[in-house]
Parts: sequence; C-alpha cells; structure tokens
Amino acid sequence: MTATLTKPGTKPATRPAAAGGKKSTTILVTGALVVATLYFLVPVYWVVVASTKTTGDLFGTNGFAFAANFNLWNNLAQVLSYDGGIFVRWFANSVLYAGVGALLATYIAAAGGYALAKYTFRGSNLVFGIILGGVLVPGTATALPLFLLFSQLGLANTYWSVLLPSLVSPFGLFLCRIHAQATVDPALIEAARLDGAGEIRIFHTVGLRVLTPALVTVFLFQLVGVWNNYFLPLVMLSDTRLYPITLGLNNWLSQVNRLPEFYQLTTGGVLLSIIPLALAMIVLQRFWRGGLTEGSVK
Amino acid sequence: MTTTSLKARREATAAVPARRRRNGATTRAPWLLLAPFLALFLLTFILPIIVAVISSFTKVTRRGLFGEQGISSGFAGFSNYAQALADGNFIGSIGRMLLFGVVQVPVMIVLATVLALLLESASARWPGLFRAAFFLPYGVPGVIATILWSFLYVPGLSPLYSIASAFGLSPDFLGPHSVLWSIANIVTWSYTGYNMLIIIAQLKAIPGEVYEAARMDGASPVRVASSIQLPLIRPALVLTTIFSIIGTLQLFAEPQVLQSVSSSIDSQYTPNLSAYTTAFAYNDYNVAAAQAVLIAVIAFALSFAFLAITNRKSS
Repeated sequence: MTATLTKPGTKPATRPAAAGGKKSTTILVTGALVVATLYFLVPVYWVVVASTKTTGDLFGTNGFAFAANFNLWNNLAQVLSYDGGIFVRWFANSVLYAGVGALLATYIAAAGGYALAKYTFRGSNLVFGIILGGVLVPGTATALPLFLLFSQLGLANTYWSVLLPSLVSPFGLFLCRIHAQATVDPALIEAARLDGAGEIRIFHTVGLRVLTPALVTVFLFQLVGVWNNYFLPLVMLSDTRLYPITLGLNNWLSQVNRLPEFYQLTTGGVLLSIIPLALAMIVLQRFWRGGLTEGSVK
Repeated sequence: MTTTSLKARREATAAVPARRRRNGATTRAPWLLLAPFLALFLLTFILPIIVAVISSFTKVTRRGLFGEQGISSGFAGFSNYAQALADGNFIGSIGRMLLFGVVQVPVMIVLATVLALLLESASARWPGLFRAAFFLPYGVPGVIATILWSFLYVPGLSPLYSIASAFGLSPDFLGPHSVLWSIANIVTWSYTGYNMLIIIAQLKAIPGEVYEAARMDGASPVRVASSIQLPLIRPALVLTTIFSIIGTLQLFAEPQVLQSVSSSIDSQYTPNLSAYTTAFAYNDYNVAAAQAVLIAVIAFALSFAFLAITNRKSS
C-alpha cells in the first residue's frame, strides 16, 4: 500500500537529470547496458541453440549458430520420456518442495511476525533475538547436522526431509514483523475485538489482508531459495525419484563422460527448467523491488 | 478458531469480567500464533546447531577391526577441531576462498553498483527491460547455472575457444589455475543482478529534493553519483558485501558440479566440499561437524570484521 502511495511521487523525482541528458551520453550508457545484457544472456542463448541440435551437430557445428538439422522436438521428447518420464517427476518434486514449502513458510512466518509485532508479552524480545540470529546462520551449516538428526528420526530420504526445513524462513518472519508494525493499525484490531472476533480470527481477517504486499515478497524469496537449494536435498536424498530438478540434472551431467548422448538430455532438460523460472523472474521482479524498497524505507 | 470466537462473543455481552478473560486470551494468542514457527525453528535450526556442536566435541571409538565389538562415544575435547585444523587441504580450501572473495566480491559489487547507477540515471533507455535481463540469472539455480557455463568451458563444445583463438588467445577455462576464476565468473553471473536490485531499491529511497538541490548547484551526473548517490547507498553496499562474504565461504554447488568436467577440482576444493567429503566419503561425522562449526564461525568473524571496519570509517 505504501509502495503505491510513494511510487508516483518518487518516480519522476528520482530521474531528475532527464532534461540535462545529452544524446551522446544516452548512446554511451545504453551501449554499456547492451554489453552487460550480452554477458547475462549468452549462456541462455547457447542452451537454446544447443537444444535444437543432434549430438553430432553439437560437437561439429559452431555453438552460437543454429545447425541445418532442427532437432528440438526430438530432443525434448527424449528428455520427457527418458527413464519412464523421470524428468517430469523431478519437475513435480521441485514444484512441491518450492511451491508448497514457500506457501506454508509464508503463512507460518506471517503468523509469527504478526504476533511479535502486535502483542507485548514476556520473552518476545528474546524470541525475536534468537530468530534474528537464525537469519545469519547459513543453510549449509545446518544441513549436515540436520541430516544426522533426521536419520535418527527416520526422516532422511523422504519428502519430509526437504519439505520441513523449507517451511522455516527467519528472514520472512523478520520482514513480516517490520510490515505488521508499520501497516497493521492497532485501532483496526481493537475494532475487530469489540466486534467480538477472537485473536486468531483477527489475524486471519485483518492481519493477513493488510500484510499481503509483504507476503508476496516473502513467498518469492522462499520460492527461489528452495528451488535453488542444492546442498540440503543432496545431503538428504538418495532415492532418485525424490530428487528435485537440480539434483536430477546434475545426475545426468555426471554421466556425459561415459555416454555423450547425455549432453543432449542435459541441454534439453536445462532449457525446460529455466523457461518457467525466467518467465517468473521477468514478471515478478517488479513485486520484488517493491517489497525490498518498503523494507528498506522503514 | 470457532471456540475462541464463540468465547469472545460471550465475553462481549458481560463487559467487566470479559476484560479480565480478554487479557488471558491476549497472552495466549501470540504464543499460539508463534507456535508453528517456533516448533519448526527448533527442529531445523536450534537442534541441528546443538547436534553439530555436541558431535564436534564427541569421539566415536570402534572396537575390533570393523567395529563389530561395539561402538563407544565419549568427550573428545578439541581433538576433532585439532584434526580439522591440521588438515592442510581444509586450511588450503579456506585460503582459496579468501583469495576468491578478495577478488570476486569487489568485482561483483562494483559491477552491480555501476549497473544500478546507469539504470537509474536518466540517460538509460528501456531500464525495465535491462533490469529484467540482469536479474534473470538469479532465477537460474546455481547448479543449472554451472551446467550452463560448464558447456561453455568444455573444449570441443564451447564456441568461446574458437572466438578466443581468432584473437590469438588459447584459454584453458578448466585448468588448475584458471578454474577458480571460472567459478568466480559463474557466481558473478548469478548474483550481480540480485545485488543490483538491492542497490536500486536504496537509490529509489533517496528523496527527490536532494537531486533538485544538486541540479540547482549545477552538479554533473558523475558528481551526483560520487558525492550524493554513493554515500547514501552505503547501507545497501555493506549489506550486499556481507551477504557475499558469507556466500563465498559457503560455496559448494558450483565446484561440486564442475567436478564432472574438470579434473582440477579435488574433493576438498572448498571448505563446504571438504566437510561434505569428510562426512560422506570418510564417514567421519564428528570431524565434519567440527569443520561445519569452523566455517560458520569464520563467516561470522569476517562479517563482523567487515562491519567494524566500515563503522570505524564512517565515524
């Protein structure tokens, strides 16, 4: 809400030198940005080209130019059907870990952040301090001991072993607390109380609705975080059918030295896996920026 | 949920005792809301940290050749830490990451800052389009990014070699000396756009009057960047640098994946790879736990040292 209020005001103000911008500087600046774009997009372009080639053409023709033989559909069909469609299963696993994990993590972080912001109770500062420490603990430091713990509980090498750690977002709780403090009006809560609504119900009806912009940011952070996570599933999972897409594709890459046709499977798989994420990034980056700005302003 | 709302409705009718019971509800409610988070936080953060610290001080002794006569564990003091620190390869991997960080982190932060300033300058055309293009790699998982770049590093597959030879160069992206910088390139490619967005967020928070005043004084765009924008985005630069320092010490996916195409990366190339190998190849969980604790402690120490230096400079 604050973002929509501040944006119209700041937008023209933050680009003030427009009148002074000369044509030569515009060309120079835009040129530099184009060069940077080339750097960021070249690997993606390469994989698009490579996935349209046969294994022979992959090694025999220029990597940045399309070959005469257009083999894309064949390659993709192979990716989707190899080993009984294991790629589709990996993709579904990633969607489960990242999608369901991020959704629940956002809800749990919102409830916690709202509680810490809107109630004064004994121990709240201690609890918040400990959770804040959790923001600084790197995920890879806890992955190994988590594996030891989970294997004693019989949870290692199950869906739960990756899903449960994905449900916790200390950073998300931190963001939600900041937003709840700034945006959830105490008068609104008091009004709901006078209407006879229970505390938990007030959170669901008033809190969640007002927090929605922050929740989008928390959800996106957690979604990308879990989708990109590699160390945790690598440590936890040994059954290839439970693999997320990252582990699965690395499994294919590790076989290219023995069987070169795995190059074709891997490039096709990489292409299929980055399309949805690339689209999501392009569409969602505006929410991302909005969320970060709000967090930093307050 | 229905019971609490029913109770609340009953309370609303009886005003005075309701307030007292209401207090009971408001003391219970925050803990109820916090409960799911705290339970999971305990399971996936607190307990693993306790497990790691305890097992780093534990020694497991197997009696008999294969431990068939029973296994006993006892307090080991600092012997696991001593063993981890005496391992030249582990220390070497930390040194390698420090070298990596000293070069890669400044390059990436400078690149991100320059791109952010250019995008926010009025001279840039299509800023939204460029921003999306720069941010796109962040959505590509580290593993996939490494697979992508590994194709561009493999001789025979990569068009970069033929382009380089046209300029009279013969690079070896996967050689023992250059592979570290090939990894640095992947990390830079992945995270520059993300850091750039954090910096842009801070740039947008600079009030318009500041620019107005600078223009009145006739400041050039370069002058505006150096004396207004750079000092004001300091918090964002400190934040991104600290995250990058922590990230550098955690480096794992990139070298682990590149192992399949480069023989220059051994099983102890980075600290995390070393801990992973100790745990799963040597099955020595106690020394691995000591290594994990050491990595976290070094990351904390470096972050705090960096914070202390930047704070002293500003005061």
